Amino acid sequence: MSDGTSTTPVLRLESVRKTFGSTVVLRDIDLSVPPHTVTALIGASGSGKSTLLRCANLLEDIDDGAIFLDGEDITDPRVDPDTVRRRIGVVFQAYNLFPHMTVLDNITLAPRRVHKVARAEAAERARELLARLGLGDKAGEYPDRLSGGQQQRVAIVRALAGQPRLLLLDEITAALDPELVGEVLGVVRDLKDQGMTMVIATHEMGFAREVADQVCFLDAGVVLERGTPKQVFGAPEQERTQRFLRRFAEAGRL
Amino acid sequence: MTLEDVRPDTYRPSERRIERERFRRARTRRAVIIGAVSTLATAGLLIGLVVSSPGWQRTRETFFNAHDARASLPKILDGLWLNLQLMVVCGAVVLVLGLLLAVTRTLRGPVFFPLRALATAYVDFFRGLPLIICLLGVVFGVPALRLQGVTTDPVVLGGTALVLTYSAYVAEVFRAGIDTVHPSQRAAARSLGLSSAQTMRHVVLPQAVRRVVPPLLNDLVSLQKDTGLVSIAGAVDAVYAAQIYAGKTFNYTSYVVAGLIFVALTIPMTRFTDWITARMNRRQSQGGTV
Repeated sequence: MSDGTSTTPVLRLESVRKTFGSTVVLRDIDLSVPPHTVTALIGASGSGKSTLLRCANLLEDIDDGAIFLDGEDITDPRVDPDTVRRRIGVVFQAYNLFPHMTVLDNITLAPRRVHKVARAEAAERARELLARLGLGDKAGEYPDRLSGGQQQRVAIVRALAGQPRLLLLDEITAALDPELVGEVLGVVRDLKDQGMTMVIATHEMGFAREVADQVCFLDAGVVLERGTPKQVFGAPEQERTQRFLRRFAEAGRL
Repeated sequence: MTLEDVRPDTYRPSERRIERERFRRARTRRAVIIGAVSTLATAGLLIGLVVSSPGWQRTRETFFNAHDARASLPKILDGLWLNLQLMVVCGAVVLVLGLLLAVTRTLRGPVFFPLRALATAYVDFFRGLPLIICLLGVVFGVPALRLQGVTTDPVVLGGTALVLTYSAYVAEVFRAGIDTVHPSQRAAARSLGLSSAQTMRHVVLPQAVRRVVPPLLNDLVSLQKDTGLVSIAGAVDAVYAAQIYAGKTFNYTSYVVAGLIFVALTIPMTRFTDWITARMNRRQSQGGTV
C-alpha cells in the first residue's frame, strides 16, 4: 500500500463489523484499496469474502465501522445508496444476468435508465466492450444460450458499462471450467493493465499471486494476514494461512 | 465461526454506530409522524366531504341503519353458514381438480394426447363460459332431465356449477406456475434418476404452487363471493337472506351487512397467506434485500 499514501484510497474500510443474527461475519475489518490497484481476498468459504464485497456495495447494512468510497463515508445513513452503487461495478459468481433480456439489453439497461445515456450511444459502447472481450457476435443472444464463460464475460461488460470507479468481483470463476477460467481471468488481467481498481474474492491462488498488488487472507471474519503476494504466498506468518495455502499446494493449485 | 468460541467477544458499539442509529430512529420517527398526520388529514377531509354532501341523510337511513342492521343480522348469519360450507367444499374440490387438469396439460408424449386434448378443451370451454349460464344450465337444466339418481338439490347443483367454472380458472393458474419453474430444475431432478412424475411431484409442483399462491387466493376469494349466486336456485344463503329482508322493509342496510361480512371473511385469509409466503421466503433466503 506504499503507493496509496499520497492519494485517497478508492475504497477504505474502517473497523467494519457485520453480523447475521448472533454470528459475527466480519469483525473489525480494516482495508485500503488505492487507485489503480488490485486487492485479492482469499480464504475458505464462509470466511466473509463475499459479505465484505456485498457490504462495500451497500447490498448489506454494516453493524459498525465505516466504508469510504473516494473518501466519502458511504455507510452514513444520509447517503443515498443508489448514487454510491452507480460508481461501483459488481460481478457475481452466478453471473446474475437478466434472462429475459438480450445481451445488449442487459448491458445497456443501466447506462440508459440510470446514467441517461442515449440508446444509440449506449449500444455503441456496449458493442465496443463486447468486441474487446471477444463477444462481438453475441449482442442479440439471450444469456441462457451462452456458455458459462461467455455469460461471465457479459456480466463483466455489464458491470463496466457504467464506467465504475471500482470493480468488485465475487468468485467470478468459481462456476467455470479451467479453460473458461483462463478466458475470464484474461479479461481481468486486461482490466488491470488499463488501470481499473478492483477487489477480487477468489480461490484462484495462482491468479491472485500474479495480478494482485495486495492480498488479504480472511479467516472467520478477520483479516488474519495481508501483504504483497510475495509476502502472503511466499512467507506466510500465520499458522492458519500456512495451513490454508498448503491445502492448495497439495491440490496442485498454487 | 470457530474464532467466536475461542475468543470472547469484547465488542462495544462505537460512537459512530450510536450516532447512526440515533439518526435512523429520528428519521423513522419523522416518517411515522408525517404518515400519521397525512392519514388523519385525508380521512378527515373525506369524512367531512361525505357527511356534508346533500344526500347523506337519506343514504344513511337506507344503507347504514343501525336498527335494520341488527334486525337482519341473525338471518344473514344463518345463510352465511351455507356460503361457508359451499366455499370450503368447492374450494377443496377446485384446487384438486385444477391441479389435476394443469398436470394433465403438461404431460408429454403421443400416448397422452387424448387426455391432454380433453383437459385443454375442458379449460377452454369452462373458462370462457359465463358463470351465470353454467349455473342456470346446471341448476335448472339438470333437474329438468328427470334422471334417476341425480340430485335436484339446488345447493349441490350450484356447487357443481361453481366447481366446473373455477377448476378451469385454477388449472390455468397452476399451469402458469408450472411453466415458470426453470428447465434446469427439471434437468437436475431427472439427472438424479427421478421419473417424470416424481420430478413433477417433488421438484416442480412445490416451487410452482408456492409462486402462484397470490393469484390462487384471488380465485378462491372470487369463488367465496360467487357462492352467493346459488341463491338464484332458491337456496337461502347470506345474500338471499339479505334480499328477503330488503324486500320486506325497503331498507338496504341488510345488503351492506352481508357485503361487509364477505369482506371481513376474505381479509384474514389474505393476511394468513401473506404470512405463510413471507415465512417461506425468509426460510429459503439469507441476508439482506435491496
